[in-house]
Amino acid sequence: MSEILGVPVTVLSGQLLLGVINGAFYALLSLGLAVIFGLLKIINFAHGAMYMLGAMATVVLFDNLGVNYWVALFVAPIMVGALGVLIEYFLLRRIGGQDHIYSLLLTFGVALMIQGILTNIYGVSGLRYSMPDVFKGGMNLGFMFLPYYRAWVIVMALLVCFGTWFMIEKTKLGSYLRAGTEDAQLMQGFGINVPLLISLTYGFGVMLAAFAGVLAAPIYSVTPVMGSHILIVVFAVVVIGGMGSISGAIITGILMGIIEGLTKTFYPQASSAVIFLVMVIVLLIRPSGLFGKEA
Amino acid sequence: MSEPISHADIQKTMLQQQKAEQRKKQLLNLVLLVLLLAAPAVLYPVFLMKILCFALFAVAFNLLLGFTGLLSFGHAAFLASGAYTTGYLLSTYPGLSTEMGILAGTAAATVLGFCFAVVAIRRQGIYFAMITLALAQLVFFFFVQSEFTGGEDGLHGVPRGYLFGFIDLSNNLAMYYFVLAVFLGGYLLVQRIVGSPFGQVLKAIKQNEARTVSLGYNVNLYKLLAFVMSAGLAGLAGSVKTVVFQLASLGDAQWHTSGEVILMTLLGGTGTLLGPVIGAAFVVNLEYQLSQGPLGDWVDAILGAIFILTVIAFRSGIVGEVQKFMRKNLG
Amino acid sequence: MTIMKKLLTSAIASTLMVAGAQAEISNNTVKIGYLADMSGTYRDLAGPNGLAALEMAVADFGGKVKGAKIEVVSSDDRNSPDVSSSTVRRWVENEDVDMVAGLVASSVSIAVSDILEEKGKLGIVSGSAASSITNEHCTPNHIHYVYDTYPLANGTASAIVKEGGKSWFILTADYAFGHSLEADVTKVVEENGGKVVQTLRHPFPTPDFSSFILQAQGSGADVVALANAGADTTNAINTAGEFGLTQSGQTLAALLLFLTDVHALGVDAAQGIQLTTGWYWDMNDETRAWSDRFLEKTGVRPTMVHAGIYSSTIQYLKAIEATDSDEAQTVRKQMMDTPINDMFATNGRIREDGRMVHDMYLAQVKTPAESKDEWDLYKIVRTIPAEEAFRPLSESKCPLVTGN
Repeated sequence: MSEILGVPVTVLSGQLLLGVINGAFYALLSLGLAVIFGLLKIINFAHGAMYMLGAMATVVLFDNLGVNYWVALFVAPIMVGALGVLIEYFLLRRIGGQDHIYSLLLTFGVALMIQGILTNIYGVSGLRYSMPDVFKGGMNLGFMFLPYYRAWVIVMALLVCFGTWFMIEKTKLGSYLRAGTEDAQLMQGFGINVPLLISLTYGFGVMLAAFAGVLAAPIYSVTPVMGSHILIVVFAVVVIGGMGSISGAIITGILMGIIEGLTKTFYPQASSAVIFLVMVIVLLIRPSGLFGKEA
Repeated sequence: MSEPISHADIQKTMLQQQKAEQRKKQLLNLVLLVLLLAAPAVLYPVFLMKILCFALFAVAFNLLLGFTGLLSFGHAAFLASGAYTTGYLLSTYPGLSTEMGILAGTAAATVLGFCFAVVAIRRQGIYFAMITLALAQLVFFFFVQSEFTGGEDGLHGVPRGYLFGFIDLSNNLAMYYFVLAVFLGGYLLVQRIVGSPFGQVLKAIKQNEARTVSLGYNVNLYKLLAFVMSAGLAGLAGSVKTVVFQLASLGDAQWHTSGEVILMTLLGGTGTLLGPVIGAAFVVNLEYQLSQGPLGDWVDAILGAIFILTVIAFRSGIVGEVQKFMRKNLG
Repeated sequence: MTIMKKLLTSAIASTLMVAGAQAEISNNTVKIGYLADMSGTYRDLAGPNGLAALEMAVADFGGKVKGAKIEVVSSDDRNSPDVSSSTVRRWVENEDVDMVAGLVASSVSIAVSDILEEKGKLGIVSGSAASSITNEHCTPNHIHYVYDTYPLANGTASAIVKEGGKSWFILTADYAFGHSLEADVTKVVEENGGKVVQTLRHPFPTPDFSSFILQAQGSGADVVALANAGADTTNAINTAGEFGLTQSGQTLAALLLFLTDVHALGVDAAQGIQLTTGWYWDMNDETRAWSDRFLEKTGVRPTMVHAGIYSSTIQYLKAIEATDSDEAQTVRKQMMDTPINDMFATNGRIREDGRMVHDMYLAQVKTPAESKDEWDLYKIVRTIPAEEAFRPLSESKCPLVTGN
């Protein structure tokens, strides 16, 4: 059996594939962050909490109302998106003209609050969510056993990522959005309701986070603190990709998943720190991130 | 027709006003000093020391956020490096006098601050916040992996020892007045820095960096110096805290601690000298009260709500709002 | 040198105190401080419900001991030795707290017992896992009541090796508790003729275990052991299930698993897992009766930590009643001299290092077919006698035992 640095190639290819799967999660989450920052200049520290809410909603809807996975896949993100619209309307709007930093602090407070409330209601041991029967089992790829569900995650995540990128960068709706957030007065003059557009954009961004949450519910332990662990990692991804660059967030997400996966093989203790190391190095060489536009 | 007001007159009244304000400020400071000196008669000294340590930490942080306009999201690293260095030295070398341990801790944080600054100082706004966060996470990783920090268990039983070799700090009152002296030293230092020509340049950078550059100032050098001083003072706070509680732990290095100091400063009032002190006292006391009472499990939710309220309703913080109120109603 | 000095001074201080404070309950009040994680990772295994157990004990005792009122205060430790040590300092220096109960995160317990030793008060540790608490970190001022990593490793690992699981892969949480569990397991496995083929340390906490599980599969070991706790363990078990670890012939061993963890996992995911526990609610009529009362009060079934908090508080109050004193050394000595026989333990005994030794149980998680309701989770496979379960005093590094 051939080896690289003492690790068999088969094991390594397995790790690479897993890295891509985790990277798909990162991509989905950082995409939402990038949309919100790129279009609204809001630094959304509540993003992790929204991811968690997506997962929690999936479980709670199933336990209390018997809502199944397929329905939750649509309903949970819409619910969280609606909450996002409310947060934008009642809170974020009030600090519109201020420094970006205030949006960071405000959403940090929102995240703490949501997390604190849910911890009191549901505890921290984690809620149970069984996987839909279709996904039970997996396929043998020769170098590893790939559960069907992980394959589903990667397909869904990439579809949504591509769809979002296409919508914002290539369609008319996207161009309105970009124009509206860049020159509100002009667009208002054209008869477009810009404040509504902004609320909806924020709602859409957190919807992406919630969607990632639903995807995560059957495989990760669903707890009120699951979002706070992943938050700063995802932030690092967005910064490395270049704040606000949509394609940058997607590509960097997958790239970081792979780097993290490889670290887990060669120096597992460091796997939670490696992303920050990459971030420092990238920012030293390219101050506005890998795909950032301005210097 | 009224007499034209001469230029000199205006200057005179302005000077008088300034003097009156200064006198008011001095009076206020005197009252606060007396309160601080008398406080341990009423309140539990260790609790007061905790407030003073965090107040110093927040004052140090505010030198950056409030007076230079730089948001560091990695100040926990300095608090922790001060704490660990002092803790390690004092427990490994029993002969070392306490002030030497504290000085070493402060020095370590200052050096670390310099390293951070060299990497981060050219970045602005959110990039600056994020790169300091990333560096602090790397420091956290280093502390987790190192033997000398005791990992998750932390460093315990750090001796309080003797100040200058003869003042027994295991006495809570002696310890309190020592901490108070350190705090006042740090506070007055920041006051001096802010009031000096150097401080004026920092404020100019905060208001308009581009203009400050065009006036011929080496902005990056000023920022670097401010950052290093802020880091050193934060390290001093960590060192003293370790001596008070005889313990250094990973909690100091976690990114939540960086978030907490932002909350303290913001709540008390950024850009005011007294604000961070009030904010620290408020947050430390709030956490204590909550953890005791039936609302114990609601700490996070309530802190979150306070964050939101501060940002939305009174962005200039407690001290800032009081100042505004006084200006409006008391002339 | 320094430890000896410390011990000597504390011994002198305590004899002086015993002499001075004989047969007297200070302030005519017994004040118990409950310190535990009320809002973080370890909330569910002790937390607010542990306070409920403590309050049950006080109420069952009648709220008074020898005419002295029993008061309970509580505080959230935020899982931080920092917060905890300032709370406990305040309690003993300023609020006359006599005993600190709860105590979950090992780092918290170690920090707190340092202060209690300095101040001459008592601590009863119910939630912590680290066996070092009564080994190198032992003090004459605390008792470790429920379990520690030694019996966890001993009970589960030796049983599995004897069943034929000879080669081991250990997945360890990369902090003090994980390391100590890893060391204890390695020792037990090797003593029983097994072999540890690989150990892998993961950061704490880790949200995704797929990569580590894949490496465990690749190692070809018979047994994959999890030396971690809480959400890390449940996450790892879920992922192992997803990747078909057990279907491919490997055995999964979780070394520290609480009832609340298994409840969160569900019997589908957790079935068949072997674990060591200090107590289970459904063992006999006595445990069931108490657990029913607990369920009524809190809405959940008690973990071994909840039961331990109740039991140790009753024992503590009994010792005060017997000696008519709340002075730490007097009470501790009385507790050491009295065998513990209640719904928590039979023939439990507190050793001089502060370790309460009692029978531990090797349990197995039931299958969905066997489990009758959401809390019907374990079947007890074997009782591990107290002498066999805990670290023998002959291996102790505690200065109270070795005398230096």
